[in-house]
Amino acid sequence: MTDFSVRIAIIDYGMGNLHSAAKAFEHVAPRAEVVVTSDAAEIAEADRVVFPGVGAIRDCMAEIVRRGFDQAVRKAISEKPVLGICVGMQALMNRSEENNGVDCLGIFPGNVRFFGRDLHDGRGNRLKVPHMGWNCVHQAIDHPMWRGIAQDERFYFVHSYFVDAAPEIVAGTCDYGRPFAAALASDNLFAVQFHPEKSHTAGLQLLKNFVSWQGR
Amino acid sequence: MGLAKRIIPCLDVDKGRVVKGVKFIDIRDAGDPVEVAKRYDSEGADEITFLDITASHEGRDTTLHTVERMASEVFIPLTVGGGVRVLEDIRALLNAGADKVGINSAAVNNPDFVRAAADRFGSQCIVVAIDAKQVNSEDEAPRWELFTHGGRQPTGLDAIAWAVRMHSYGAGEILLTSMDRDGTRDGFDLALTRAVSDAVAVPVIASGGVGNLQHLVDGIVTGGADAVLAASIFHFAEYSIGEAKRYMADRGIEMRL
Repeated sequence: MTDFSVRIAIIDYGMGNLHSAAKAFEHVAPRAEVVVTSDAAEIAEADRVVFPGVGAIRDCMAEIVRRGFDQAVRKAISEKPVLGICVGMQALMNRSEENNGVDCLGIFPGNVRFFGRDLHDGRGNRLKVPHMGWNCVHQAIDHPMWRGIAQDERFYFVHSYFVDAAPEIVAGTCDYGRPFAAALASDNLFAVQFHPEKSHTAGLQLLKNFVSWQGR
Repeated sequence: MGLAKRIIPCLDVDKGRVVKGVKFIDIRDAGDPVEVAKRYDSEGADEITFLDITASHEGRDTTLHTVERMASEVFIPLTVGGGVRVLEDIRALLNAGADKVGINSAAVNNPDFVRAAADRFGSQCIVVAIDAKQVNSEDEAPRWELFTHGGRQPTGLDAIAWAVRMHSYGAGEILLTSMDRDGTRDGFDLALTRAVSDAVAVPVIASGGVGNLQHLVDGIVTGGADAVLAASIFHFAEYSIGEAKRYMADRGIEMRL
């Protein structure tokens, strides 16, 4: 399929900058129709759905539930390719330790945990939190979303909490004081902790792959 | 292989034009911040910092438009600082495509602004900019004071204690500039950088004084910075960002090459 007729809905639940993701999709798929939307009907009609998120999980979950997007996301995942980004990925798990503990959507098994205040690398150097900057992503499985991206390529991360997921859904790992899930894959879902829209050539390639990925 | 240290070129922008001169001979319009950002992006910059020095209120629309154009063409993180005073300024910049905003004087005038900003938009997008000047006499232990207004106005506050306070208020990153070194090309104030980096758990960007590539290495290795910011050595094309990264990587620093 070319990108000619693809309609990509980026779910807007009022939590920050979606301009970057929209611009990045317009850049890699100039003929696709990219909509930033908070309208459940538009999400239902789209061919691809992007579930982003920034900021605190408590506020994100409150908005997701208030706007009824928990059902919209569940339904989208059952029907078509969905890309979760950063807090969007975290929101799919059971529960997050952030904000004294917040129940998440529970669509995938696993929890979201804090890196901790006393994080060190293998040589004993103290590591700053948030984990901010370019780190290597090790592809744990073959997946159409990794096409054209080198093994251990660097992507841009900014987060203080990480996803601790069941190994069978982990598509990529990263290491920051401890190994964690940088990407999840399960049927129609691909989710990343890093920001592909801010990760230069490799990030744009991943978004391009999403435009042509057919899902399960 | 782990998290890479970052090189961040900084553009000073007034009414949508790059000031302090950028001298690339082969780009179309060296006064256009978007053209300059694209150049740095292609050379491998890890982020771009855009310092808006537009004084007039009317100029803000130009700034937002420039940020919007930049975010449509450059797909690396973009920090915008200068003139951020109220939550609405932050919202406008993030909506225009900035990933982080730098807060300086407004934090000093009202520290709770940082708390409110981090609470509303998340710590990951709140960078507190600290301008510090050494104020101890020669026979005293080193002490740095926080200044505002480009280093002209003293605040009476200790710069290290201020960094700790800003971290506790929700700053996700500290942009630390030595006013003693800024513009000197003598290298970062390494003692200041080390003191702040050790005092806070969030990443610290060293700024002020870079004159050569070894200064960048020193800022990371001796100063303990997580990222280094520089303007003139890149603007005047003395060194490309790629050269700087290779130099640093050759000296054992983890870089994104």
